[in-house]
Amino acid sequence: MTSTALDFWATPLGWTLITVGQILLVVIGVLLSLAFLLLADRKIWAGVQMRKGPNVVGPFGLFQSFADFFKFVLKEIVIPSGADKVVFIAAPLISFILAFGAWAVIPFAPGWVVSNINVGVLYLFAISSLGVYGIIMGGWASNSKYPFLGSLRSAAQMVSYEVSLGFIIITVILLSGSMNLQTIVEHQAGGFWNWHAFALPTIIVMFPMMVIFFISALAETNRPPFDLPEAESELVAGYQVEYSSTPYLLFMIGEYSNIVLMCAMISLLFFGGWQAPFPTPFLEAWSPTAVSLFGFLWFAIKIVFWFFMFAMAKAIVPRYRYDQLMRLGWKVFLPVSLVAVMLIAAWRVFGPQA
Amino acid sequence: MDLQAIAFYLLAAVTVISGFLVITARNPVHSVLFLIMAFFTAAGLFVMLGAEFLAMLLIVVYVGAVAVLFLFVVMMLDVDFTQLREGFARYLPIGMAVGGVLAVEMVMVAVTVAANGAAGKNAAPAAPVADLPNAEAIGRVLYTDYIYFFQAAGLVLLVAMIGAIVLTLRRRPGVRRQNIGDQVARTPASGMKIVQIKSGEGLSE
Repeated sequence: MTSTALDFWATPLGWTLITVGQILLVVIGVLLSLAFLLLADRKIWAGVQMRKGPNVVGPFGLFQSFADFFKFVLKEIVIPSGADKVVFIAAPLISFILAFGAWAVIPFAPGWVVSNINVGVLYLFAISSLGVYGIIMGGWASNSKYPFLGSLRSAAQMVSYEVSLGFIIITVILLSGSMNLQTIVEHQAGGFWNWHAFALPTIIVMFPMMVIFFISALAETNRPPFDLPEAESELVAGYQVEYSSTPYLLFMIGEYSNIVLMCAMISLLFFGGWQAPFPTPFLEAWSPTAVSLFGFLWFAIKIVFWFFMFAMAKAIVPRYRYDQLMRLGWKVFLPVSLVAVMLIAAWRVFGPQA
Repeated sequence: MDLQAIAFYLLAAVTVISGFLVITARNPVHSVLFLIMAFFTAAGLFVMLGAEFLAMLLIVVYVGAVAVLFLFVVMMLDVDFTQLREGFARYLPIGMAVGGVLAVEMVMVAVTVAANGAAGKNAAPAAPVADLPNAEAIGRVLYTDYIYFFQAAGLVLLVAMIGAIVLTLRRRPGVRRQNIGDQVARTPASGMKIVQIKSGEGLSE
């Protein structure tokens, strides 16, 4: 690259172009992977129930998601006459935009991140806590009983489980001493015995924390067994009842994007992000691009593993009752994670690394 | 005009407009939604100032938790607009008085800040430490210089929280609650009874 070209990328216009390019790359990559993860979700669900699942469109039904996509997009958007039109349309947009905005700080590989900010973990937490607005607004704007009940349930549920998610994130921040996601991942280098979930001796606290984080993530994304906002036997489809065609599609893509984001978060915080599960001294001889690709491969494997866990939880666990859900969040997870924060803080102050 | 200026004017304009719409919107739910937008863009302004930690806290605490509960309550209110308008004339003088006092206070603060700088006459603002993430900078000030005030604020919040719980907690008689411990501790011996029934006699209570 010549010096004039370098100068151009340093100008505001060049910076804007390069950032827009990166954002498009991430969004398209996430959307494409979502199409196949959604199919995987349905296939795993079908497999557990000894069905075949979608197998008609394309080889093994691989193009099912694309067929569904065109079905949704080509249908007419029906807006109920009593609905608050602006909020009704804005709700799925907010869900969708927030779900993708959060990917801005996810480091996919060493250096592969759109925005490497110092408070990356907090940003993720903040954006995931905003996800509830799409659901509340959608339920309220529909001007209908079932969606409204669904959105009320969802608001209470998501606010409750954010508390324990926040405390667990604090334990990870304490362990790695940084809120930057790249630093958190680099802190877990050198094999799976250095990952936060498995590192000795904090494994006593951090492994249970990982399990609690996973369960809270299920509740935060309204996935079964905590899908009470859309419990079909009680509320038909909860906040989505009045939605059709593209707005419904946006809700669904936002939901799945949030699920995959949670998988990515568990991988980054507890499973070492892009780090391989074994020491990698041989990487020093590789070119930077190859190292990044190698890291990206591991990150993708971890995300897919956690997505598989999400899908299995959906397939094999029966739905919680609402009071049990609240009891689990406030009376079990909150005290346990609070104690974990104290233990990890004490370990950091009085432990050998102090 | 560079990108930062464009971003600043955009965020500031949206903050001011949505702040104005909070008080003019007819529908209280729309008001809360505009309030949330104002919070969100204010967080954007914090980021522009380089205070990204404060921005994230603003979003996590106010937008992510407080405003959700606020929206939750306002959505469930059955607001009667005609009744609201009836009281308008009666409450107008009180509202004007409160608004006037607030406006005077804000002008005084603005004038003082313009004359003496942000810290007023008390202390010189702490010099920003280079290469220190601002979460760490805030932590150093909060947990060393102002630790007693910080702890006192925490105690006040704790008392407020306990007070709220005490005020709302009531045990209604006649409600059967699930006791998870009892359910888990149940054994076949304590949970069932085997009865031998002779044929043709039935079970006498």
